[in-house]
Amino acid sequence: MNIFRELYNYRQMIFSLVKRDLRGRYKGSVFGFLWTFLNPLLQLVVYTFVFSFLLKSEVENYYLFLFVALIPWLFFSTAITGGSGSVLHQAGMVTKIYFPREVLPISHVTSAFINMLYSFIVVFAVIIIARVPVSPVALLYLPVVMIVEYFLALGITMLVSAITVYFRDLEFILSIFMMAWQYLTPVMYSVDIVPEHLMRLFMLNPMTPITIAYRDILYYAKAPDLSTLLLAIGMSAAFMLIGFWAFGRLKKRFAEEM
Amino acid sequence: MSAIKVSNVKKQFRVYLDKGSSLKERFLSFKRNKYEVRTVLNGVSFEVGRGEAVGLIGHNGCGKSTLLKLLTRIMYPNEGNIEMNGRVSSLIELGAGFHPDMSGRENIYINAAIFGLTKREIDARLEDIIAFSELEEFIDNPVRTYSSGMYMRLAFSVAINVDADILLIDEILAVGDANFQMKCFNRLREIKQQGVTIVLVSHALSQIEQICDRTIWIQDGLIRMDGKPRDVHMAYSDFMGEKRQVAALKEQERKKKEEERKRREEEKKRKEEEKRKEAERNPGLGLPGKVKRWGNGLAKIGDVCMKNAAGEERIVFTTGEPVTIEMHYQVQQPVEDAVFGFGIFRVDGVQCYGSNTRIDHYEPFGLEKDGVLRIPLESLNLIPGAYMLDVTIEQNVEVPVDYYRDAVRFEMRSPYSDVGVSRLQHTFVWEEKGNE
Repeated sequence: MNIFRELYNYRQMIFSLVKRDLRGRYKGSVFGFLWTFLNPLLQLVVYTFVFSFLLKSEVENYYLFLFVALIPWLFFSTAITGGSGSVLHQAGMVTKIYFPREVLPISHVTSAFINMLYSFIVVFAVIIIARVPVSPVALLYLPVVMIVEYFLALGITMLVSAITVYFRDLEFILSIFMMAWQYLTPVMYSVDIVPEHLMRLFMLNPMTPITIAYRDILYYAKAPDLSTLLLAIGMSAAFMLIGFWAFGRLKKRFAEEM
Repeated sequence: MSAIKVSNVKKQFRVYLDKGSSLKERFLSFKRNKYEVRTVLNGVSFEVGRGEAVGLIGHNGCGKSTLLKLLTRIMYPNEGNIEMNGRVSSLIELGAGFHPDMSGRENIYINAAIFGLTKREIDARLEDIIAFSELEEFIDNPVRTYSSGMYMRLAFSVAINVDADILLIDEILAVGDANFQMKCFNRLREIKQQGVTIVLVSHALSQIEQICDRTIWIQDGLIRMDGKPRDVHMAYSDFMGEKRQVAALKEQERKKKEEERKRREEEKKRKEEEKRKEAERNPGLGLPGKVKRWGNGLAKIGDVCMKNAAGEERIVFTTGEPVTIEMHYQVQQPVEDAVFGFGIFRVDGVQCYGSNTRIDHYEPFGLEKDGVLRIPLESLNLIPGAYMLDVTIEQNVEVPVDYYRDAVRFEMRSPYSDVGVSRLQHTFVWEEKGNE
């Protein structure tokens, strides 16, 4: 548990790296920080256009149905694909200075997470403007689901970022892998269309309960099932344990492998 | 309790013969993922007391930087144990995490955070850091507008203001202009005075002498010597001199070959030109200037070399050691009223010394048979640098018989870093005036 005390001591480094990432990302562009909001908004416009005119869906308000699951998915996927190189691409720092290496994936995932929070401002704006019903009780579950997703993403990112140092292809394999994963997660479709006999298998995907929970809260305006929530928490905890354990084992030879 | 305790540390690296870290390579060479194990540190043990300042020296690749990385915990030893008691800060990489688009002030926060400081700790040091960097006017400008000197100054200021119990430094005191370097040095001394333990890796022995109380010399992964800086540095520079001798010889050989080739080419060109112009020339007499040898050719200088006290041929000498110049000569026709001479020039052309038998009031003599000339120099006191030796045989008053310019190139080394051309034998003697 020493590592957590050390990470606490290095909290300012995590904070600084997150800030540098968020502020540095749009530096030099005309709209600057506004892009954080513009980006999800423009995506929403595209999806609305596509699914209202081109591919009409039977689901009511499909753009919202999609949007409340897509924003969390985008966080998840960028955290992992981008995060796999979070240690390797900081070779300059890793080979020259001591700091707990966990800081790197943590700050990457955190910065992606904060980006998602900004996107949620857009989500809420749309919900309010479109006069979609909201349940205040259900909304209380939102932070819980977000935190569960954060830890799931962190656990996986820890794992892949450590492995990428030894096996560089992982970074590129992951982008394909994440695309496939997206289709195996009920982001663009409802979980109801999954055949009954495959459902158990389907729920082994840690992102399935999380996506269902997001949609319950924001689209159906109801509290997520306790069983769904517990499943999500359990899987995310498991990935956190695996991630930290594997990272701790692999980090000792990082500097030599770079 | 000591600040640093290193016990029997060994470190090996895997040197992959064909590093296959991509999928294809890994599959293709699944069974022959060959690597050699290279031992960089082979059982190093030492302790550093609290407040002690230690210099680590050794030639390139001896393992001193690896040792420093192990102390920093960037790498971990394969065997053995390292104990560090206290907060460790390292000045190995300056400006880690700097973002060019962010202001100097913001970068101070990022950089200091990487050293493990909390926001409150950085707030408390901010003024000191800015003041030390002398960048007050520019501190809110983006770092990309800084000159490289300013950049390093800012980075150094952060690193040096991180209060640590143990400070590890790798070859970075070459920061900024002379003034700023002075300041860094003084600051390091101040830090040492405060009882901070310092480990400094450097090739500049004088830097270590100015700060450290102890030097550890690492050689081939082992501690070769550990003691007072002056003693260790003397032994080290002797050792490096030997190595230099070998390297310099090789270098000279290469140069000689190159010159030979050039000379032949020039010869060829000249001959062609001669043929074309059919102009008459005075054989045997070149013109001084670019030419290395000229004279009337009545006698010829053969092999020329310089020897140390043990009679071994050398081209690297230590300031103050006895050296003998040896020159073989062949007499073609008797030379009347001959004069032997020699001159020493620095490579930039400055004449350091020159004399001949006439200047030294030798009785006039003639040369009839081949022979050897020896010029023993009791102590060659030139300061470190590269030099050329000219040797001459002349006749009457300055008629060259064989003038051999740049006959030997040699180098001087010295444990001292005095300045000028030659080290004058001296001591410093002072006495305090009594109260009368």
